[in-house]
Amino acid sequence: MDEKKDVTVCSGCKAELTVSEMMEYLCVCPHCGKHLKISARRRVKSIVDPGSFRKLKCEVPFLNPLDYPGYEEKISSLKEKTGLEEGVLFGIGEIEGRQAVIAVMSSDFLMGSMGIAVGEMITTAFETADRQGLPVIIFAASGGARMQEGILSLMQMAKTSAAVKRFSEHGGLYIACLTHPTTGGVSASFATLADITLAEPGALIGFAGPRVIEQTIGQKLPQGFQHAEYLEEHGFVDQIVERKDMREVLSRILKLHDRQKKEKKNLLDYLRIGRK
Amino acid sequence: MIKELDEKLMAIRTEVYDLLENNGDPHRINELKKEYLTLAKTERVHTPEERLYLARHKLRPKVDEYINTIFDDFFCQRGDRLGKEDESIYGGVALFRGIPVTVLGHRKGHNLQENMKYNFGMPGPEGYRKALRMMKQAEKFGRPVITFIDTPGAYPGLEAEANGQSNAISENLAEMSALKVPIIAFVTGEGSSGGALAIGVANRVYMLENAVYSVLSPEGFATILWKDSTRSGEACDLMKLTAQDLFGYGVIDGIIKEPVCGAHHDPVKVYEEIDRILMKELKRYRAMSAEDIAKERYKKFRNIDAKVWKR
Ligand SMILES: [Zn+2]
Repeated sequence: MDEKKDVTVCSGCKAELTVSEMMEYLCVCPHCGKHLKISARRRVKSIVDPGSFRKLKCEVPFLNPLDYPGYEEKISSLKEKTGLEEGVLFGIGEIEGRQAVIAVMSSDFLMGSMGIAVGEMITTAFETADRQGLPVIIFAASGGARMQEGILSLMQMAKTSAAVKRFSEHGGLYIACLTHPTTGGVSASFATLADITLAEPGALIGFAGPRVIEQTIGQKLPQGFQHAEYLEEHGFVDQIVERKDMREVLSRILKLHDRQKKEKKNLLDYLRIGRK
Repeated sequence: MIKELDEKLMAIRTEVYDLLENNGDPHRINELKKEYLTLAKTERVHTPEERLYLARHKLRPKVDEYINTIFDDFFCQRGDRLGKEDESIYGGVALFRGIPVTVLGHRKGHNLQENMKYNFGMPGPEGYRKALRMMKQAEKFGRPVITFIDTPGAYPGLEAEANGQSNAISENLAEMSALKVPIIAFVTGEGSSGGALAIGVANRVYMLENAVYSVLSPEGFATILWKDSTRSGEACDLMKLTAQDLFGYGVIDGIIKEPVCGAHHDPVKVYEEIDRILMKELKRYRAMSAEDIAKERYKKFRNIDAKVWKR
């Protein structure tokens, strides 16, 4: 799945995919439909109008609250490797002319785990959208809280959830797309607080990891447990959307919501006139 | 090691109580008391691992004891109103010095049988939804919310996942952040992961001296980072999970001192301290508007890591 290699082996059917195939099919295997990992940057490109995305900055200095050995080196090498400041790429983009704050988590960055920087970026995304009256679209991909930052990672769950709540109280629209994997402290915070929840086919979504559950209950988990389809069946996902359709679906949701706003205003005007 | 001292002191304590009850030899009682004091003086500052041992001690006061001793007229509330009762969350309405409050916490048992019944204090989504139901009701009636945190984490089970463990936790985090009544939380034993935080988004968070609060249990931490759960001791040293560490971060607002060798040696001291704190805090929040109370809590968590930024 490394994009720099010439060939990617599909983890679903073992087919070998060329770079141009990966590009063309947005890292989805054309043979079996498996949604393979796509970089944050490519993800943004796949949904926004060309040239419309402006990256937002969020100054978070490097912090190592546990003085975890080797952590600083690890983070700087990841920054270099991914070209990202931290585990989230976020900014303002347009989808068929409609603006939204878009935040994409990068699973390349320590499994997309949420530490202080990721928590701050997600929170800033909601605050920016709140100020500018824009919707928020988040692509979640995370193994959960970032262990290397200890309790302060846990606190990011409260911080981001509070930011969603405030944004929501102000009437903001939040669309979450849960991609592979969305687990732990991210699935148990902002990722599951959206107005509209989408998921990519086959994505693993859950609080506890499958191995921990198997160990706890002492039995094998059923096929497809915690997959997007399973969550949809249990009532936690509005729709499962294939990557090729994501832009269209997002565009439609945005459209539905701005129309609703206008109509509400029209209706109010109508009522006001009616009363006179 | 703490275990040895704890057991010795407990044995003396038990013997003294026995003698006192049965009109035993006063000389022997005096001897034992002296022995106790001498031993107690050998207590050193506990290591994080020793605190973890105390935090998980089977004799450590549990939520039902806190509720029964600190509050009056407790009325237990059960069920999530969605089809299930989860006994790993225990709570209801009670009076604190005449003021109605909602009080709830993770429920651990005093023995194995109870623990099986309460699932070792590991709630499923139903438990968190029950807690939220109680808190929303508290908001409706203008009652302060008091929570007691003591859990190894949210239950990692099949049914818990199928019923939306993630959603239940996130919902609590979001709703608590905006609740218009004061929330005061006490970490009394172990506070592990989102399962602890799901009733911990409070205006004020206090922690017992030997309680621990962390992103995950030390065993889980060691498994994730080193693929080796037996290195939990090492994890304890690294994780900064003690009350002292968390106070340094500004994540908690105060530390409740414990008797020698832990709260179970003299729980009344701890109950009295909690009583004192509640009196002080509730008095403060009485003077604040509902909006300001919610705002204060929002700010606290918005800037929860500010102290580390400035270091
Ligand atoms: Zn394939």
